[in-house]
Amino acid sequence: MAQRGGVVSSHLRFGAKVLSPQITPGTADLLLGFEAAEGMRWRHMLRADGLALINSGRLVPPVVDLGLYDYPEDPVAAVRAAGTRVFSFDASAIASELGDARLGNSVMLGAISDYLPFSAQVLEQCILKRFATKKPALIELNRQAFAAGRAAAAQAAQAA
Amino acid sequence: MAAVMPAPAQSRLLMSGNEAVSRAVWESGVRVAAAYPGTPATEMLEEISTYPDLYAEWSVNEKVSLEVAFGAAMAGSRAFCAMKHVGLNVASDALMTMTLTGVAGGLVIAVADDVGLSSSQNEQDSRYWGRFAHLPVLEPSDSQEAHDFTLAAFELSERFQTPVILRLTTRICHVKALVTVGERSMHPVAGFTKDVGRWVMVPGAAGRRLPLMFERESRLRSEAEVSPFNVLETGADRRVGFVTSGPAYMHVRERFPDAPVLKLGFSYPVPFELVRKFADQCDQLVVVEEVEPLIETEIKAQGIAALGKDILPRSGELSPAVLGPAIARLLGETVAEAPVATPMQVFPRPPTMCVACPHLGVYYTLAQLRNVTVSGDIGCYTLGFGQPWNALDACISMGASMGMAHGLDKGRADSEKDKKIVAVIGDSTFMHMGMQGLLNIVYNRGNVTVLLLDNRAVGMTGGQNNPGNGHGIHGEDAPRVDFANLVRALGVRDERVHVVDPYELPTLFKTLRQETKIAEPSVIITNRPCVLTDDFKARSPFMVDSDKCTGCGNCVDIGCPAIHVTRREKVIKNSGKEVELNFVRIESSACTGCGLCLQPCAPDAIVPVGELSMPIHVVKKN
Ligand SMILES: Cc1ncc(C[n+]2csc(CCOP(=O)(O)OP(=O)(O)O)c2C)c(N)n1
Ligand code: SF4
Ligand code: SF4
Repeated sequence: MAQRGGVVSSHLRFGAKVLSPQITPGTADLLLGFEAAEGMRWRHMLRADGLALINSGRLVPPVVDLGLYDYPEDPVAAVRAAGTRVFSFDASAIASELGDARLGNSVMLGAISDYLPFSAQVLEQCILKRFATKKPALIELNRQAFAAGRAAAAQAAQAA
Repeated sequence: MAAVMPAPAQSRLLMSGNEAVSRAVWESGVRVAAAYPGTPATEMLEEISTYPDLYAEWSVNEKVSLEVAFGAAMAGSRAFCAMKHVGLNVASDALMTMTLTGVAGGLVIAVADDVGLSSSQNEQDSRYWGRFAHLPVLEPSDSQEAHDFTLAAFELSERFQTPVILRLTTRICHVKALVTVGERSMHPVAGFTKDVGRWVMVPGAAGRRLPLMFERESRLRSEAEVSPFNVLETGADRRVGFVTSGPAYMHVRERFPDAPVLKLGFSYPVPFELVRKFADQCDQLVVVEEVEPLIETEIKAQGIAALGKDILPRSGELSPAVLGPAIARLLGETVAEAPVATPMQVFPRPPTMCVACPHLGVYYTLAQLRNVTVSGDIGCYTLGFGQPWNALDACISMGASMGMAHGLDKGRADSEKDKKIVAVIGDSTFMHMGMQGLLNIVYNRGNVTVLLLDNRAVGMTGGQNNPGNGHGIHGEDAPRVDFANLVRALGVRDERVHVVDPYELPTLFKTLRQETKIAEPSVIITNRPCVLTDDFKARSPFMVDSDKCTGCGNCVDIGCPAIHVTRREKVIKNSGKEVELNFVRIESSACTGCGLCLQPCAPDAIVPVGELSMPIHVVKKN
């Protein structure tokens, strides 16, 4: 479904002992929305004082273009209005500037890296290591994307 | 992919269940592994094919893959076969008799149930096949167990000379967790021993093997009673004791840390004595299993009191959030779940065909045909049922488009004499189970127009190699099937076989209209590759010249996700009719220049972004 433009959601739990791989709605610490409306779709997974980091970039699906549904006017504002703490910026635009929309993933991972219980470098090294084994040519671009996302999130946090 | 050096023994790796099973297959010294792709099982063979020193193949369907693995096991090799749940239905004919012969080398069949229907035509509990075929079933609960149970399954298979079912679910297959891996060990291969009483299942011989099968089943039940995979965990809160298996165990443990739990990793044959012993320690039993009440029904039949699907959902995935309230209600407690925010209302995002997918033109064309019923099949092209095409009317199982179309033809109502019957089938699905249906149409003088969508890929499952693209599992050259010759050989007359470029809409339309008018079987084969394969060559992109766009919206009907409506406008035409105009833009960074949308655009508003990289032969309909 991922490659066919459907909804993709992943749950990540870590700690000394993890049993169920599923996160119970209303209990997540962090929500990483890779697309604006998708951030809205999964807001309910967060606990009341959880933090949402949402890419304000949009991927408009065909059902909206066909006039069957409306794209929300401002998904980020809607999440905020629902009482959730949100840091948001246009990760898609940053990725396009760097030359490839797919870099948006590394931008968003950079964005979340300062809100995890371990240092941002750990996450960065993990990502770059994966590229080193699979596509070494992409290491530098992803390093830049990660750094740009980190900076953008810090800025968004100041603004919020 | 080429073989890489596997990580050394004792490494701790983050692995999906599929990866963990694959590693264990290699560690077990398996010599032959075969599969046909299907979510959520696909990654097993993909991963296994990267390990050195074993033979791996994509077979043309699950039945063949199981027969291949069984053959290897007859020869004394350890063999492995993986499939999604519905694949075991396809393979079941072979399964139901190999349980009589048993195996020489270890044979493990991994079957992955898509609980929750993330990407399947049904939800089913394949553990039934264990009962039906009297075969042992192992159910891991996480990646480490997926690894360890696979190793144990081979040992069990050889000790009892039986195929073993390793039952996985989507949650096990796809969740990544830490796994400690082990060493590879090799097993001597004894070779095939001629033994007609065992390997040739004629009635007399099969009849003699039946008692052996039942005797084996009872020995397996004794084994399950003492298996280290069936674990009785005591707990302080004995109001409810949980009997559970597979991923459901994790949800139970998470939600009820103090409850007694009987975890059945070796879940069939059910160890009744162990269940009885457990029941004595708890006030009441609740069986928590995905997805049918199998263990539950069997222990109830033994006279052991238990609840299960009486209080839990009959379908879909379980989770701590589902279990909590159900058990609270059972205990008469107020449901003190944390107040959970309700999901916000957002448009759905159904899967759709790719930008420039060669199927787009086919459905655009089918949507223009009148008085037609489209018998569909399984693959990316199933999505043609949806907007904007609405051009696929039925789909049940792989290959069924052929038989269903023939039945729609023969069973047509008197009022539907002129109805045209079209069957749409992908290349991989045709080779999987469609060829026989076409032969049947020809033989029985049916009247069906078959659209065989040859995109040289198993698109839906990620573009695996297959006989249609002429590459083997490692990407090496392999003999490539010639579909035109194949359908001719099945008896479709030469004049009724057409190979058409699916990006040439007028030709497609003309051929389809002509063939649906002729009262005999015909086959229209499309010949352009899936865009996600290396065979696909992107061209320079297009954009919309907004000065020229009249808002007719014709291009939107192609259904390419790169085309976006920027503005809608209602206008009253001279005739007095109100029409809606849709002004569009093309997301040029996504457009790969297939040229489809240019064809229905009357004012030529769709223009190249830069220079054309290749001349594009757009044939316009007047
Ligand atoms: C019995 C069975 N096995 C496997 C699958 C998984 N599956 C879904 S579609 C598909 C094949 C699609 O390939 P093709 O027919 O070539 O169509 P495409 O997706 O390329 O358009 C497979 C293997 C299934 N649904 N049922
Ligand atoms: S994966 Fe291939 S067949 Fe499937 S929608 Fe995309 S282009 Fe079409
Ligand atoms: S040419 Fe048109 S239909 Fe083809 S990929 Fe580009 S936008 Fe989509």
